[in-house]
Amino acid sequence: MDTSMLITSAFVLMAIAFVIGRARSLAIASDLGGPKALNSLPVYYGTLMAMWSGIPCLVLVALWSVVDDYAIAHIITQELPEQVKALPETELNLVLSLITNIAANNAMGLDAEPYVINSANRLIALQQTSNMALTVVCLSTAMILMVLVWLKISPKMKARIKVEKAFTNILLLCASIAIFTTAGIVLSVLFESIRFFQSVPIHEFLFGLEWSPQMAIREDQVGGSGAFGAVPLFVGTMLISAIAMTIAVPAGLMAAIYLSEYARPKVRTTVKPLLEVLAGIPTVVYGFFAALTVAPFIKESGGLFGLDVSSESALAAGLVMGIMIIPFVSSLSDDVINAVPQSLRDGSLGLGATKSETIKQVVIPAALPGIVGGVLLAVSRAIGETMIVVMAAGLAANLTLNPTESVTTVTVQIVTLLVGDQEFNSPKTLSAFALGLVLFTITLALNYIALMVVKKYREQYE
Amino acid sequence: MKDNTMNEPTDNVATNIEENAFSGQTVGTPLCDDAKMSMRNVNVFYDTKQAIHDVSLDIGKNEVVAMIGPSGCGKSTFLRCLNRMNDTIESCKVTGDIKLEELDIYHPKQDVVPLRARVGMVFQKPNPFPKSIYDNVAYGPRIHGLVNRKYDLDEIVESSLRRASLWDEVKDRLHSPGTGLSGGQQQRLCIARTIAVSPEVILMDEPCSALDPIATAKIEELIAELSQKFTIAIVTHSMQQAARVSHRTAYFHMGKLVEVNDTKRVFTNPEHELTEAYITGRFG
Ligand SMILES: Nc1ncnc2c1ncn2[C@@H]1O[C@H](COP(=O)(O)OP(=O)(O)OP(=O)(O)O)[C@@H](O)[C@H]1O
Ligand SMILES: [Mg+2]
Repeated sequence: MDTSMLITSAFVLMAIAFVIGRARSLAIASDLGGPKALNSLPVYYGTLMAMWSGIPCLVLVALWSVVDDYAIAHIITQELPEQVKALPETELNLVLSLITNIAANNAMGLDAEPYVINSANRLIALQQTSNMALTVVCLSTAMILMVLVWLKISPKMKARIKVEKAFTNILLLCASIAIFTTAGIVLSVLFESIRFFQSVPIHEFLFGLEWSPQMAIREDQVGGSGAFGAVPLFVGTMLISAIAMTIAVPAGLMAAIYLSEYARPKVRTTVKPLLEVLAGIPTVVYGFFAALTVAPFIKESGGLFGLDVSSESALAAGLVMGIMIIPFVSSLSDDVINAVPQSLRDGSLGLGATKSETIKQVVIPAALPGIVGGVLLAVSRAIGETMIVVMAAGLAANLTLNPTESVTTVTVQIVTLLVGDQEFNSPKTLSAFALGLVLFTITLALNYIALMVVKKYREQYE
Repeated sequence: MKDNTMNEPTDNVATNIEENAFSGQTVGTPLCDDAKMSMRNVNVFYDTKQAIHDVSLDIGKNEVVAMIGPSGCGKSTFLRCLNRMNDTIESCKVTGDIKLEELDIYHPKQDVVPLRARVGMVFQKPNPFPKSIYDNVAYGPRIHGLVNRKYDLDEIVESSLRRASLWDEVKDRLHSPGTGLSGGQQQRLCIARTIAVSPEVILMDEPCSALDPIATAKIEELIAELSQKFTIAIVTHSMQQAARVSHRTAYFHMGKLVEVNDTKRVFTNPEHELTEAYITGRFG
């Protein structure tokens, strides 16, 4: 039986176990005067039995399929002729993959050496044995457990509590997948960064003023020796984010104030989703818009004032990014503004304040912490944004605060460092991980602060 | 059996009341000579639903008028007409005449800002702004530009807090947040905030419903004091409170004004049987 068949039969067994378990509990109960005599509802006995028969079996399949390949490969390698075993590792791997291919296609490699064909046959045999063994072990485990649970079912058995506990654990498992993945990502980025810092000192990376990661790959190549000062990237990121925020914060905030305080319900219900559509536009599309429409426009209008604007400018990227972030700011601010109790507005209006005075002096100050939290989240979004910048701001790592020049950001450099043919171990590639680590640290810190601020604000009106 | 006999009289009263459904003519003395605010034939609608039916009432100068009645009978709605707080509710429409002395407050050209400076409001739940105690009280004088100098503002803040008998409790922490006060202190802060703009009339909508008896007693004392200078309309669910603080009491029933009389009279010898039924606790 192959694995998919096995999994299917495990599920069939679970279904059977459920029915049997439920019937068994009912049968026991009927002697004692109906289901009321049971500790738990009959479905719980069924579920418990299904779990016992299914879950160990499935776990076994999963473990087996992980270990299986390694074990078989090991046996095959052991059985290879001595002179083959003595080959260097890369060539040995070639032989092994040849064997696997022959076995998988069942094609007798005509020109293959006899020992390869022998090994391939051996591989097929081993795989079949392994499958047989797995099938037998799994199904018999399931059956045995089923019988054991069947025997244990009694009116006193706390089936419900056990089932609830099992479900809690399953949910916990799912939740931890996300956490472990995050931890895995962080750790891998961290280790690669440490490797990078072994070739480039950390202070040079963090405080160096020049960024030109091109390195000679071969000794005889002419090329830069590589400079990994990330300050131009940090400055570029900050510049573009700052431009974006100067657009997004006022526009988003005003939109939120209009929507939550002035707009009639009808306007609100149509405008709000429309604004949120902005958030759904893929960033690549914003990138087109920035590169093809906004950047030329800025270049031309700069020309009218005698300014020399480069065709890829921080301004273009920042402006479009700002527009992209508007709905982000506005919908978060809208939420916190709505959370300001109506009684505060009434209090202010009742004293003779006008609507705008009330908003300026009572509503906004009351909502401020939440708004700040929203803005911080938006900033971390801006810092992490890539596509728009790649397309509109360029790749030149200029150290400048002039928004009409071309700059580059951390995310853009990560992309350019990793696309194309790269040697994995060169500092050039590894520097991407270091940049990623910095980016991750900054956005994590920003998000953390933002969430704390928002949470504190929430508590205020509990 | 026993239950039945006990229930019967109550049932009778209830049906009687239904049958004698109120004719619409307010009994007692809804009007007075020295009126600070006068309402004539006021109707209030929420969309098409009528919440106030043809109510006429005067509130005399330096008088405390209590408004009582079962929940949902329109007390808050009526009170909120008096400084046009109902304007903030989109669906709410008011007809009839409401005058503050000679000023027609619902005149289309009437600006609500000066009106609300003259007719202040204290709400059911204390709602101090998330600002310092000082700024809470200074809020009104500032927006109305009542003072130019810091010194004058200090004086207004102090005198308002004194009149709300809160000064001694907060004088050492004027710059800590108003939201950090106790519920009773917060409500007195809101009263101080209201009197800081020197209104002529103060509207109070169940100002003590969120407070304990001690804080309530303090506020009632305060109302008695304030009535020397201000005209007060107060909505309350506590009949003892109405009896203690008010000069006249108005009884509302299903959007209609049933009876207005001297408070003593209302609570000892009510003129209308609906009023009697309410104050003796037979419904409401
Ligand atoms: N914003 C509103 N929209 C629609 N109907 C309303 C609104 N506010 C009040 N009403 C209705 O008007 C009627 C009077 O309500 P109001 O709040 O004035 O009662 P109340 O006497 O103050 O009651 P309570 O003692 O419970 O505060 C009620 O039937 C209520 O349902
Ligand atoms: Mg009310």
